Amino acid sequence: MVTQSTDERLDEPDEVVELVDDTGKSRTAVTSAPQWKLIWWRFRKHRLAQIGLIALIVMYLAAAFAGFIAPFNTTSYSGEHAYHPPQGVRFSFAEGFYVHPTTSEVDIESLERIFEPDTSEFVNLGFFVRGDSYRLLGLFDSDVHLFGPEDPDERWYPLGGDRKGSDLWSKILYGSQISLSIGLVGVSISLILGLFLGGISGYFGGWVDTVIQRVVEIIMSIPTLPLWLGLAASVPPDWGPVPTYLMITVILSLVGWTNLARVVRGRLLQTRDEDYVIAARLDGVPTNRIIFRHMLPSFTSHIIASVSLAVPAMILAETSLSFLGLGLRAPAVSWGVLLQDAQSVNTVATAPWLMFPGLAVVIAVVAFNFVGDGLRDSADPYGKRST
Amino acid sequence: MIRRRRHPRRDVGRELDEAAVTADELASPDAVLDIRGLQTVFRSDEGVVRAVDDIDLVVRRGTTTCVVGESGSGKSATARSIIQVVDVPGQVEAGRILFRPDDSRPAVDMARLDPRGEAIRGIRGREIGLIFQEPMASLSAVHTIGNQISEVLELHTDLPPAEIRDRVIEELRSVGIPRAEERIDAFTFQLSGGMRQRAMIAMALIARPSLLIADEPTTALDVTTQAQILDLLGDLKRERDMTMIFITHDLGVVAEIADDVVVMRHGKVVETGPVDQIFHDPQHDYTKELLASLPQRHSATRAVVTEPETPPTTTVGGSADESVRHTAPDVTPLLSVRDLRMEFDTVSGALFGRKRKEKVVAVNGVSLDVLPGSTVGLVGESGCGKTTLGRSIMRVYQPTAGEIRYRSGDGTVADLATMSEKQLLPYRRAMRMIFQDPYGSLNPRMTVQQVIGEPLRVAGMAQGSELSDRVADMLDRVGLKRAMATRYPHAFSGGERQRIGIARALITGPELVIADEAVSALDVSVRTQILELLAGLQSELGLTYLFVSHDLSVVERICDRVAVMYYGNIVEEGSAAEVFEDPKHGYTRALLSAVPIADPRLRGTRERIVYRPDDVPAADDEAA
Amino acid sequence: MLRFVVHRVLHVIPTLLVVTLIAFFIIQLPPGDFLSSQIARMEAAGDSVDPAAVEALRTRYGVDEPFWVQYWKWISNILLHGDFGLSFEYRRPVSDLIMERLPLTILLGVATLLFTWAIALPAGVYSAIRQHSGGDYVISALGFIALAVPNFLAALVLAYIGFKYFGQSVGGLFSPEYANAPWSLAKFGDLLEHLWIPVVIIGLAGTAGIIRTTRANMLDELHKPYVTTARAKGLPEGRIVRKYPLRIALNPFISTVGWNIPSIFDGEVIVATVLALGTTGPLLLSALQSQDMYLAGGIILIVAVLTVIGTLISDVLLAVVDPRVRFGGK
Repeated sequence: MVTQSTDERLDEPDEVVELVDDTGKSRTAVTSAPQWKLIWWRFRKHRLAQIGLIALIVMYLAAAFAGFIAPFNTTSYSGEHAYHPPQGVRFSFAEGFYVHPTTSEVDIESLERIFEPDTSEFVNLGFFVRGDSYRLLGLFDSDVHLFGPEDPDERWYPLGGDRKGSDLWSKILYGSQISLSIGLVGVSISLILGLFLGGISGYFGGWVDTVIQRVVEIIMSIPTLPLWLGLAASVPPDWGPVPTYLMITVILSLVGWTNLARVVRGRLLQTRDEDYVIAARLDGVPTNRIIFRHMLPSFTSHIIASVSLAVPAMILAETSLSFLGLGLRAPAVSWGVLLQDAQSVNTVATAPWLMFPGLAVVIAVVAFNFVGDGLRDSADPYGKRST
Repeated sequence: MIRRRRHPRRDVGRELDEAAVTADELASPDAVLDIRGLQTVFRSDEGVVRAVDDIDLVVRRGTTTCVVGESGSGKSATARSIIQVVDVPGQVEAGRILFRPDDSRPAVDMARLDPRGEAIRGIRGREIGLIFQEPMASLSAVHTIGNQISEVLELHTDLPPAEIRDRVIEELRSVGIPRAEERIDAFTFQLSGGMRQRAMIAMALIARPSLLIADEPTTALDVTTQAQILDLLGDLKRERDMTMIFITHDLGVVAEIADDVVVMRHGKVVETGPVDQIFHDPQHDYTKELLASLPQRHSATRAVVTEPETPPTTTVGGSADESVRHTAPDVTPLLSVRDLRMEFDTVSGALFGRKRKEKVVAVNGVSLDVLPGSTVGLVGESGCGKTTLGRSIMRVYQPTAGEIRYRSGDGTVADLATMSEKQLLPYRRAMRMIFQDPYGSLNPRMTVQQVIGEPLRVAGMAQGSELSDRVADMLDRVGLKRAMATRYPHAFSGGERQRIGIARALITGPELVIADEAVSALDVSVRTQILELLAGLQSELGLTYLFVSHDLSVVERICDRVAVMYYGNIVEEGSAAEVFEDPKHGYTRALLSAVPIADPRLRGTRERIVYRPDDVPAADDEAA
Repeated sequence: MLRFVVHRVLHVIPTLLVVTLIAFFIIQLPPGDFLSSQIARMEAAGDSVDPAAVEALRTRYGVDEPFWVQYWKWISNILLHGDFGLSFEYRRPVSDLIMERLPLTILLGVATLLFTWAIALPAGVYSAIRQHSGGDYVISALGFIALAVPNFLAALVLAYIGFKYFGQSVGGLFSPEYANAPWSLAKFGDLLEHLWIPVVIIGLAGTAGIIRTTRANMLDELHKPYVTTARAKGLPEGRIVRKYPLRIALNPFISTVGWNIPSIFDGEVIVATVLALGTTGPLLLSALQSQDMYLAGGIILIVAVLTVIGTLISDVLLAVVDPRVRFGGK
């Protein structure tokens, strides 16, 4: 808390006072700090955004090193362990980390499979164990796993098993590779479309602007999900996972670029009429330098904020499409594909852990929203007097 | 210290009784308002601001008391504190506000009333009326003005609706709104600025309050409209036997209307006294400083007050120079504008496709000559096209028609109006511009060094250490420190930013500088410093100025020649002396007669002239 | 005002045109001509196909004609005869299938909209006026959660809780005994009993979003000079808020609600699928899965047209409330 005398505060430019308050930095630091530093300082003061950023970094690292972190491959399963409930890790000095293996039998009356831990046996768990082989970052082959059963033939279900008896935790990790990347790739395509169309719309104005704005309006005024579904339904079911992934991404971004185009156009129009841009023209600055040196820096931060708020929408869209069976299909693994198992209430009732991939979606979406909110709030360090 | 949060509901009568004060506690028997030790404090997480810091103030019945000060002086907070409508988180924390509506009643200490209670609400609007600076923002845009004015009567009287409507129409008529019976159902955005302020006045006065508080009511208005509103307020005050507190930053207005003056600075009262004493025998240094920064109209010479330490060569506008400049008709003009025309396409009603393309003629065939070394003033009110003309000459816009002839140092004359951006490049270094808004015109993402050095850099005229040396020299010249080059614009105050803007304009070594309202966003004391700087630089560097301004006193003070613009045309052009002493055109006369004279002794010595041509679109709207 | 409405309605026409084009484009999207693939599928299922009937269908849909001709035949049949084509899956006219389910869809949509309004406006205004109060924090926290939980997950969780702890299925819009019963007051009552669950789930995210914007708008408006003016007139605080800032914050509120309509239909598709509601959403999904394109296209068209009309209504409402819009304000 800064308490200054009235005189001192009044003699300083308001913005310095505000920036000192906003960033918690000293006056001298603030006066010679470039824009990105001010943004970063303000962002740092935004606690939720910090938490979100850390969560995102953890999640993307986990996705990148999914093979290493996951105890199993997506293809490894054990039919007799279908719908196996989650197993908590136990610890004893004699055995180290362990779980008890289970035996299952089917209850004749309810037809449910009941799993009983066999407390006389142990499945020992350990760090850096050898197991299924995988390829790390698409470069290195390895079979070392961060944490898992020491005997590769044993099973362990930290978050439960799915319909086929695969480990859900491993699948969620592998699924994050698609679910988290589709958001980024989709938004990148949207951004390119948005920058291009929003850019020419804002730059040329006139009828070009009118037409593009009308198209944006129309796309925004119709429900997107039926549209996505309709387009996604045309992706032939016999396509491989990679073309389907690309096609779905393109479909999502075909509908998702509108908002970004609006932001770009709005910012462009606003900045174009700023006095300092006119001043740059009068300084004899060539057009491309005006755009890249004078105009673009003033709204990149806003665009980054909009982008980070658009990513969760993409992740949700992919999840919804796959969940409804019109997006990615098994054997591809994404959070939406995993949730397909949880479509029927009856299944969820017997195996509620099948909703765990949904939890992963929620965490990713919340984290992106926190970061996006934080960026939006700090995107314009001088914003307070702009109105 | 009195701290009041929300009281439980109290009986109004009892609350007023508790706050009642006998008349002999007032400073003088004829006081309407007697403020003692008032403190209004804004407390927030970022700290404490004492907006009003222990002030005393007495307002005598039937007089006009002007509270004058620069921005941040706490004058508005004082006005709001009186009826306890300070914006959150502000709060009246100490002091007495004794108010006595008329001689037959006891005084009430309003500081002791609950700010949300019924007792003070009975005083607001009925006993004390308030007028604000921005009528557009201070009135609701989604309610008709009639609705908003009627509300005061609905609240404070038991009149039937039909009668209220009649009273409102009558009131609108009495504040000079033509066709009041139609306008009562108008929304604010359908009225002009002057009409809106009249509606606001009607609202403040309809319940016949004994005290009117006007908080910068004319600051957002053009000078001719300001004059009308001031006249109106004066007439109404006389007719209705009111007392008025008038908050303003403009000493000219103070000299025109005040009986008593209170000078405020940083939340404190620095000087109080009758208007004549304040203007002719000021006691406090700050008051003297303020008065010194006033442009001296009608004074013998228009010389700029110069700093004693500046070398004598920097004196500008002295009679010797002037005669040289004015008696040299054979000098070829540096800039010569011929029949310049600038039209804009505007799209009105752009919402939902009801688009109608309209052509707005901002500059309507203007011709103007600017002699080398002179300062030409371009004056007019908002919307007259002066800024557009300045910017068209700078080729910010592509003129629709006409010529902009510019004579280079080697004597060749070129027409800039039709040049391509590339051809213009050398001229962009010879003709520079200073912008009005010291905030918007500096790129917040670039350091001062980068902002000032940009023109040299892109022209390849200087690089590396040579560039930073030249920028540092320039900073010296405009009165900033060399070390400031690494800072960003947000580290500077308005006046300092304007100095940066000047440095950027001068770094290319220009011949002509167009200053577009270069000082109008600044407080008076800062304004004087910037004007002095400009004058000094002119004689030092032999610059030519085209000075675009709405402020006649500034133009009169520094310009050799003056052109008056009105609705896209130059209606009068001549030497400053001719135009100001003996204006020919009706509009110039009206404009000059509207400028407040900053000397209370000259009050009423001048007739107010109203210019009302038949062919002007908005004339009906603004006519009083 | 009338002028405004007429202009606004005229403005909708190109939008509708584009919407029909998109819907027809989706119909045409699956590779190969759809009639042949339908016939192939029918034959594979062991159904006999009458070649004369096939030929009749070919001419009717103009299968061999260019896109524009086919589009024209399709759209003119809809406009002139209300004929949306035939569902191959159900072997019934698409219009019949849609009409069976449309009323429930509209009911669900309108109910969700009303729910959103009823919750979002008071909650947004309350948390703005009582900023930093306990209630404000509770509303904001709930809003954040509601925004982050995808609606299918909310539906799943709710279904799970209903199943696990109340031993009843929350799916469907009717109890089993009413499902096939004719309409009666009791059946309608039963419908309302079931309706609130999908309404809450679909409306969740939208409501939270609108609370946020309403709160932000109100906070902006509460400190505007015109509020001080009203205070200076002697108005009591409550009346000030109701008459001025609330009235002005209503405008962005109404337009936000308008923009929210597309997302209601988005939510309807997912939630109705999870909860097995008899609305158009699940029908669309199954039509798309079985490539029953005329049915799918018809539903997409109807839903999009409904959204456009809904947005139109909210725009007109905005003009009623805001004179600046009505007079094409400057």
